[in-house]
Amino acid sequence: MGKPAKKIIKEIKVDLGKCNGCRACEKACAAFHAIPRYSNFNPARSRIKVVIDERNDQWVPVRAGGYTQAECNGRNHYVIDGKEYSECALCPASCPSRAWFKEPDSGLPLKCDMCEDVPPLSEPMCVQMCGRDCLTYSEREVELTGAETQEAENHMELKKAYEALVKKHGQKKVVDTFSRLSMR
Amino acid sequence: MRYAETGFNLEVDLTVGNIERVETDPELTRLHLGGNGSAARIIWDRVSPEADAFSPDNLLIFSTGLFDGTPIPAANRTMVDTISPQTNMFSNSIFGGYFGPELKHAGYDKIVIGGKAEDLVYLWIHNDKVELRDASHLKGMGAQETAHAIKDELNDRDIQVAAIGLAGENRLYMASIEHYNAAAARGVGVVMGDKRLKAIAVRGTRDFQVAEPEELFKLCLQHYQDIHESPFNGDLMAIEWNDAWHHNNFAWGNARTRRKDFWHQEQEDRWKEYTLKIRDRLQGCYNCPKNCHLVVKPPGRQRYMLKCFGKGTWHMAAFEELPFTFDIMALSQEYGVDSYAAPQAIAFAIELYEAGILTDEDLPDFPEKSADRFYYLLEKLVRREGIGDVLADGVYRAARQIGNGAEAYDHNTMKKFEQIPLKLGKVNYPYYLMYCTSDKMAINQTEGSYPQDPIKEIPERQAFVDGWMSAPERFKKFFMEWEPRTHPSFEAAINIADWNETMHYVDDALGLCAFCSSFRGQFGGGSAYNIYNIPTFIKLAAGIEMDADDLWQVARRNRNLVRAINMSRGLKRADEKPPEDHWKKREPENEQKLLDGYYNFKGWTNKGVPTKLTLDKLGLDDVADELIKRGLIKGDEGICYKDQSCYSEGRPKDADVSFRKAEKFTLTEYNIKNK
Repeated sequence: MGKPAKKIIKEIKVDLGKCNGCRACEKACAAFHAIPRYSNFNPARSRIKVVIDERNDQWVPVRAGGYTQAECNGRNHYVIDGKEYSECALCPASCPSRAWFKEPDSGLPLKCDMCEDVPPLSEPMCVQMCGRDCLTYSEREVELTGAETQEAENHMELKKAYEALVKKHGQKKVVDTFSRLSMR
Repeated sequence: MRYAETGFNLEVDLTVGNIERVETDPELTRLHLGGNGSAARIIWDRVSPEADAFSPDNLLIFSTGLFDGTPIPAANRTMVDTISPQTNMFSNSIFGGYFGPELKHAGYDKIVIGGKAEDLVYLWIHNDKVELRDASHLKGMGAQETAHAIKDELNDRDIQVAAIGLAGENRLYMASIEHYNAAAARGVGVVMGDKRLKAIAVRGTRDFQVAEPEELFKLCLQHYQDIHESPFNGDLMAIEWNDAWHHNNFAWGNARTRRKDFWHQEQEDRWKEYTLKIRDRLQGCYNCPKNCHLVVKPPGRQRYMLKCFGKGTWHMAAFEELPFTFDIMALSQEYGVDSYAAPQAIAFAIELYEAGILTDEDLPDFPEKSADRFYYLLEKLVRREGIGDVLADGVYRAARQIGNGAEAYDHNTMKKFEQIPLKLGKVNYPYYLMYCTSDKMAINQTEGSYPQDPIKEIPERQAFVDGWMSAPERFKKFFMEWEPRTHPSFEAAINIADWNETMHYVDDALGLCAFCSSFRGQFGGGSAYNIYNIPTFIKLAAGIEMDADDLWQVARRNRNLVRAINMSRGLKRADEKPPEDHWKKREPENEQKLLDGYYNFKGWTNKGVPTKLTLDKLGLDDVADELIKRGLIKGDEGICYKDQSCYSEGRPKDADVSFRKAEKFTLTEYNIKNK
């Protein structure tokens, strides 16, 4: 065991004071995640959403987090700089109590993936679109915990084994075999 | 396959409650592009010139622009077209916000509304599900109040609502249709109220396609950033603290008094301090990075969004200060009145009272202070109570109904319509033409591509012209030849009026915001959209191949169609004149020569009617036949519009979509330097 391993945490900072409510981030997100890429620009398919309550001066870009099976009991209201935000306006969940972050056709949950791509984007597409600096992207390095390091090592071992198999049998055969085996 | 549009309109008959989804003819898109162009075609085809604005046969059409909802930045306008009861002519009004894109995602390019409901209703559009719902519980509610009540009862915050307030319900001629941060004025709210349609609520989650998505997206990603950086786009009135220009040059009261020395530093600081105190932020429309709307919360009022020249109209009409405007607009936007016409109607009544034409009998308990009088009259107006019932039909009709000399105080209307309060010295040729002939009825919907003044210093002017990529070559020549404080030639004046109005017709077909296109070119010559770069966006979004000349031709077609509607409804050459005292020094003979020249240039008779030659060449043969049948033209007039290529003097047809860039540009500095 050498030095503790590190991982990159990708972050998007949201400056609520800078949002003008144009929702271009929503369009950019829908476009980047469309198949084929850019073939769609429907905000309803976006994994980021500007939650708007103009009567309370609220324009809050929220990125889709994870799917939750049940709605939460959170009915908190937060007062930030004298303005009241409902918990819901800040929450990234794709949850049963609201229509956000669900594919409009299938109803399946949507989740932000920070625009993972090969080669990687310089910044997620919503950040690239937002010229207003309401959304800014940053990366920070954190040390992995013991358990995380172990998991990363296991992952590396699996990767090596997989690569050896591919070398010997070819990618198609390996993938086919694994999918057949996992079907059982 | 339909690109950039859905290919379907929603047809609503309020009398019988019938709703249909109707496929549209793609040929209409090729001919008119969309927006107010194809709406004019529907009005021409289906609303007879004999039909009164209040007839159930009148149609109220909400159109998306062809670009609405696509990745193209600053394309979000909804065009509202109908026959206005105030002018009995075609009315074209435009509002921004989110409504148009939402409607397209619901699957419709237009909502065509005919008939009249028996009781107040609202239209609820949720993708394929469309229904008329009872709105009796919304009666009397403010416009935004209505929007939020509908969102609450349908349990969806993402619904977009366009609604009328009390003013529309009571059929005020200056009633507006309000949506989020925007409003449609100029004679459309009254028709919505007459049809007993309180609101339209729309939620759309469906896809529509563009022709070349990847290329379009990448282009728009860059264009969006360029617009954000650009000082030549957006509304400067929202972001500059110095507004000496409007306050010192526009007329106060009932378009009466010019206060040339009004603006001063102490007052500017005071207004700035107050604005910052009540302003939460600046805000924009769908897919646009600009900051044109003030989010304000005046003491004791609800928070609302304020835009555009309304920021000046109320306190200038009342001889008050900016805080008065912030306060009264919290009311006027909920009531849904136009912030151009309504303050003028009120200022007109106050003048009549001071002249003894209106008395304490007409205005019981009339307050002393100007501000109080405005609140008093606004309440009367929106309820059509007492004198409010007379004023509600606009200044022109009110003056005639009151009589007893009141007609003389109606000095700022044109074609029975309240104009922006401007009283100037010497007649201005291009402006004379735009005032007289614009079927948009408002100068700010007509002017905008060609600068209002020449740049004084010649090297600076040359540098401006060298980077002026939005201008066809002839305008560069006109601009270089323009001696400050002299008239441009007749030829230049006619061309300038033509280019200015053409760009508005382009925007209103495509749904582009005038602050990034037709209106903003005059201040800095760097608007994001122009006749040369728009065709590239049309090709990538709609798959229609055209060049600048083809685009100009579409605008010309739409313009002539609107003209044909108005001519068949009785518009006369004699009506084509600016407000009586708009300019102190007039040149009657030259003015008539200008009008002759402009009509001829447009391919119209000397009565201002499009000729058969003109209409045939535009593919509007059937319109020509109808005008002949009505005796408006003979058919053998040898006059055709003057066609000039945008590619003269070897200008290449490149697909460069960029526009003039600069670090800094303010209206204040520009005006000080060149006015």
